[in-house]
Amino acid sequence: MVEKKDLIKITDVTWEIPTSYREDMRVPVRIFADETLIEAALGDKSFDQAVNTATLPGLVSPVVVMPDVHQGYGFPIGGVAASRYPDGVISPGAIGYDINCGVRLLASRISLEDVRGELPDLALALDANCPSGVGVGGSVRLTTKELDKVCRQGSAWALKNNYARRDDLERTEEQGQIPGAEPSSISSRAKQRGKGQLGTLGAGNHFIEIDVVEEIFHEAAADAMGLAEGLLTVQIHCGSRGFGHQICSDYVREFQSAVKRYGIKLPDRELVCAPLNSPEGKRYKAAMACAANYAFCNRQVLAHHVRRSFDQVLAGRVPDWDLHQVYDIAHNMGKTETHIVDGEKVRVCVHRKGATRAFGPGFEGLPEVYRPFGQPVLVPGSMGTASWVLLGTEESMTKSFGSSCHGAGRVMSRRQAKREIWGQDLREKLEAQGIIIRAGSMPGLAEEAPRAYKDVDAVVDVVVRAGIAAKVARLRPVVVIKG
Amino acid sequence: MQPAFEEIEHTADWALRVRGQNLTDLFRNAALGMLSLLDIEPVPGNTESRSFELTAEDSETLLVAWLEELLFPLEVENAAVVDFQVKVLQKVQLKATIELKKIASIKKEIKAVTFNELDIRAIETGYETIIVFDV
Repeated sequence: MVEKKDLIKITDVTWEIPTSYREDMRVPVRIFADETLIEAALGDKSFDQAVNTATLPGLVSPVVVMPDVHQGYGFPIGGVAASRYPDGVISPGAIGYDINCGVRLLASRISLEDVRGELPDLALALDANCPSGVGVGGSVRLTTKELDKVCRQGSAWALKNNYARRDDLERTEEQGQIPGAEPSSISSRAKQRGKGQLGTLGAGNHFIEIDVVEEIFHEAAADAMGLAEGLLTVQIHCGSRGFGHQICSDYVREFQSAVKRYGIKLPDRELVCAPLNSPEGKRYKAAMACAANYAFCNRQVLAHHVRRSFDQVLAGRVPDWDLHQVYDIAHNMGKTETHIVDGEKVRVCVHRKGATRAFGPGFEGLPEVYRPFGQPVLVPGSMGTASWVLLGTEESMTKSFGSSCHGAGRVMSRRQAKREIWGQDLREKLEAQGIIIRAGSMPGLAEEAPRAYKDVDAVVDVVVRAGIAAKVARLRPVVVIKG
Repeated sequence: MQPAFEEIEHTADWALRVRGQNLTDLFRNAALGMLSLLDIEPVPGNTESRSFELTAEDSETLLVAWLEELLFPLEVENAAVVDFQVKVLQKVQLKATIELKKIASIKKEIKAVTFNELDIRAIETGYETIIVFDV
C-alpha cells in the first residue's frame, strides 16, 4: 500500500506520487489535502486506487485526487483523470455506476424564522411527494418511446412535460442535456429499470435537505445566486438510479473482453476501458450520455415535487414561497473538454468520479449572470454538518482540469458505522440539534452518520487554499429526507 | 473453520470475502452473502420458480453475471430470491433455478456487483475471492 513516505509534499495542501513509485504508472498522481486529510486517506486504499488509475493508456498528466477522497472500486471516489482524444481511453468504472450522480440547489426568499413552525409539515410533504427508498417506483412511468426521449433530451423533456421552468435548464450543467445520447446503445434490461424510476431519490447517501444559509463569503456571487443569510435553500442529491447502474454494469462486463482485444493491461479489472475512438468506446459514451440526461431529468422532476411540497405547506402562510434554481452539477461523469496541457490546447475526456466540474470566470457554458464569477460548485455535507456553495476558479483550469471536490468524503466503513452507531440514537441526537430527520431505514441512517464522514469544512478549506475553488456560502441543515 | 462468507472493511461500499469447497459452493456462498446484506422481508405465500443458464468468458465474469441475475428482479418485479440452486459447469457456465417471492420490505440497496479486487483464487480448502458491491 502507498505510505506517507511515498508522497512528495509540494505545498501545505498539494502532494504528489511520482511515476517512479510504480513502474506501470504512466502519469503522476497529484493530491490536494492537508496533513490531517492525507492521514485519513492513508487509512484505506484511496491512493493505491489512484496509482492504479495512473496506469490507464492515453492519460494526460496528472491523475488528480481531491481532499474528500476515499476508497471506491477501481478508481477512487474523489478522483479526476483526463485521457487524450483520440487515442486515450474511456473507463465506465472510472465514472461510476451512478452515472451523473449530482446535486441540485434551490434557493428561496423564505426566512427560517418565519417558517420554523412549518418545518415538520414541510418534512412530511417532502417525504410524501418525493419517492425514496429501495425499490420504490417513481411518480412518472415512462413508455419505451418516452424513455428514449428522456435519454436524448434530459431536462428539456421535463420542460416539455411541465416539470421545469426555462430558468432551471439555464442553471443546470450542460443545460441538463448532454449531446450524443443514443438509446440504441442501451440494453433492454437498463430500459426496464429506467421506465419506472424517474422522479425517485433512491437510498444510500442520497437525500433531500432543507438548509438555511448560515454565512455569506462572496456577496456579489451570492447575490447573483439569490442566496442571503437566514434564508432557506433545498439540496437534492441523487443520480440516474437503476438505469445508470445497469448501463455501467453492462459496459464494465462487456469491456472485460475489449481490453484484451486492444491489448490493454490493467492492475484492477474494474478499470476496464476502451479507446475513445473505438466502436466500444463510442457506444459507451453514447449510453453514458443517456444515463446523464436521465439523471438531470430525475433531479428536475424531484425539484418539481419539492416545489409542490413548499406550495402545499407554505402557500398563503408566507409572502413568497417560491424556489428558484441556483445550479445543478454532476459529480460522476465523463466529459469531452479542451484543456491547456504544456501550453497547447488538448481535447480530452475528463473522468470525474466523486468530483465536480469547477470552471472559472468567463466560461461560456455558464448562464450570463454567473459568468463573471465562475461556475457554482455544490458541496453537500453529511446530515448534521454544513454544506458549501463554492465557485470554480481560473487556477482550477491549470491545476485540476477545472475540477473540485464533491462532498465531505467517507472516512469510516459502513461496517464500522453499523457496529458503532444506532440509527434511532443518531436521529434523536440530530433532532436535539434542531435537524428534523425522515429516513426509510434506521440502519441505513446509521451508515450515513456525520461521524462516518470527514470534516467538510476542512475539505473546503483545502480546495480554497489550493486555489481550485472559492467560498460563496455555508449552509446548515434543518430538515433531512433520506431514502 | 473459516466462514463461508464474511463482511470485510470497505470505506464506502460493502465487501465480502467468500470461500467455497468448489466453484459451485463459492457461487452459492457469494449469493447467500449478498442476499444477507439486503435485509429483505418477503411477502408470505407462493414462490415463483425460474430456471436459466449463464455463460461467460471466465469464472469472475460468470460470478458477476450470476449475482446481477439475482439482483435484477428486485427493482423491476419487486421480487426477491428466497431460495436457489446453482451448479457451475466447466468454470465458465452455470445452470440455476431461483425461487422468487414478492417483497414486503427491503432495507438496503446494492447498485452493482463490481470487478474491484475480484480474483477467484485456489486455496487449500477450495476457492476464495473478495467481492465489492457498490451501494
